[in-house]
Amino acid sequence: MTDAKSPDGSGGAGTVTIRVALPYHLRNLAHIDGDVLLDVAAPVTLRSVLDALEARYPMLRGTIRDYGTGQRRAFLRFFACEEDWSLESLDKPLPQEVASGKEPLLILGAIAGG
Amino acid sequence: MSNVRVLVGTKKGAFVLSADGKRKDWKVDGPFFAGWEIYHMKGSPVDSNRIYVSQTSGWFGQLIQRSDDGGKTWHQPGMPNEAIPPPGPPKALPNRFAYDTSEKTGKPLTTHQWYDGTQHPWEFKRVWHVEPSLTDADTVYAGVEDAALFRSTDGGENWHELAGLRGHGTGPMWQPGAGGMGLHTIILDPSDPKRIYIAISAAGAFRTNDGGATWKPINKGLRSQFIPDQTAEVGHCVHHVAMHRSRPNVLFMQKHWDVMRSDDAGENWREVSGDLPTDFGFVIDVHAHEPETVYVVPIKSDSEHFPLEGKLRVYRSRKGGNEWEALAKGLPERDCYVNVLRDSMAVDTLDNCGVYFGTTGGQVYASADAGDNWSPIVHDLPAVLSVEVQTLQ
Repeated sequence: MTDAKSPDGSGGAGTVTIRVALPYHLRNLAHIDGDVLLDVAAPVTLRSVLDALEARYPMLRGTIRDYGTGQRRAFLRFFACEEDWSLESLDKPLPQEVASGKEPLLILGAIAGG
Repeated sequence: MSNVRVLVGTKKGAFVLSADGKRKDWKVDGPFFAGWEIYHMKGSPVDSNRIYVSQTSGWFGQLIQRSDDGGKTWHQPGMPNEAIPPPGPPKALPNRFAYDTSEKTGKPLTTHQWYDGTQHPWEFKRVWHVEPSLTDADTVYAGVEDAALFRSTDGGENWHELAGLRGHGTGPMWQPGAGGMGLHTIILDPSDPKRIYIAISAAGAFRTNDGGATWKPINKGLRSQFIPDQTAEVGHCVHHVAMHRSRPNVLFMQKHWDVMRSDDAGENWREVSGDLPTDFGFVIDVHAHEPETVYVVPIKSDSEHFPLEGKLRVYRSRKGGNEWEALAKGLPERDCYVNVLRDSMAVDTLDNCGVYFGTTGGQVYASADAGDNWSPIVHDLPAVLSVEVQTLQ
């Protein structure tokens, strides 16, 4: 697990620490192993998590959300608590289990291609 | 003694093949960016350690990678290359290819023709070709799909479209070839820094004389049976164009069908297919020291993308076209059904000119004697998308 939290290990003032699981190629691109820990200000939404992720790992900008439109790239999916969040609003609060760091937000590449 | 470095982009990563001037014993490094499509990689003529790479993926989009040490290490230009980067927003947007629609320098986004003849929105998909400047290691051009030309002057950290091309006005008549509507050829004139040639499938060839502000279609003499007006100003499926640096007014073109030649900077073209067994193909290149020696790899047809009779052969003309000889020594004589894609042939500049090409079967072939004899450097790479060569002194 890659710890990208505040230096004191807490979520920091007004933030919570959440977990994100990235697909293999994006972990390689960001030079990280395992899940990412991120400090995110409440309310925790897909947008706030992705904003925090891209701020911490700028090399991922454009790889999850299209640069131009800001929309999820077509072959990526978001899952939270075993539910597909890919088509949910980016501003809808994520489940409490994800917002508390108990469960990770999963970002998956669709199984397609050769 | 000189060395050569062959840069190979494949469907599943990049490879760097190195040898001394004898070009017999090869070292293979890679895969770099394993699992990603590497449409193109090319070294700077100014600084051979500087290599630019187009790394792309249907899942994750377009990335630009750069090496400053001859391919040993790589990074996204302007991006931190460590696990925990320093705080603060990045100053660079190395992967952002945004069409310039600004009032000041840009052109409005139009539509282009789709396969069924309807109009289709212009959408960025990927970088097909990177072309480093002849004079500045930090300046590099990128040809993209949907067709447009971009330039970076800071080593690939930020990219800006030269919108005069996309906004030429004929854009609604451009259409995608089978592989998409890509700008795949960028030729910088060594005698005039403001003159650039580009080619697009399927729009044709264009030239700028003012550094990219305005562009002229240069397709007079081309004839394409698949478009309603066979001699139209635009709409031709140009597969690749090559030039010898000593004669920037002379261009050779492998069109969808037809091998063509221009002696007046593209103003007029004439067919030089001559006695080729088929004049469909993708690659074309010119000998490093003999401006009239041209190479193509004939492919059976646009319906069957493999060599005639299963025999892989390079054809060479020493007379600037029309009269061609088959070069077969060391190449497969039977059961060969690979393709050689448009950016997959290159030449080195050693005294005895080396010629290289890669196949969709994962072979990279080299000739150290201008094509007389061939041998494979590697047999089993992923499908080769591009081949470039650096001659290192």
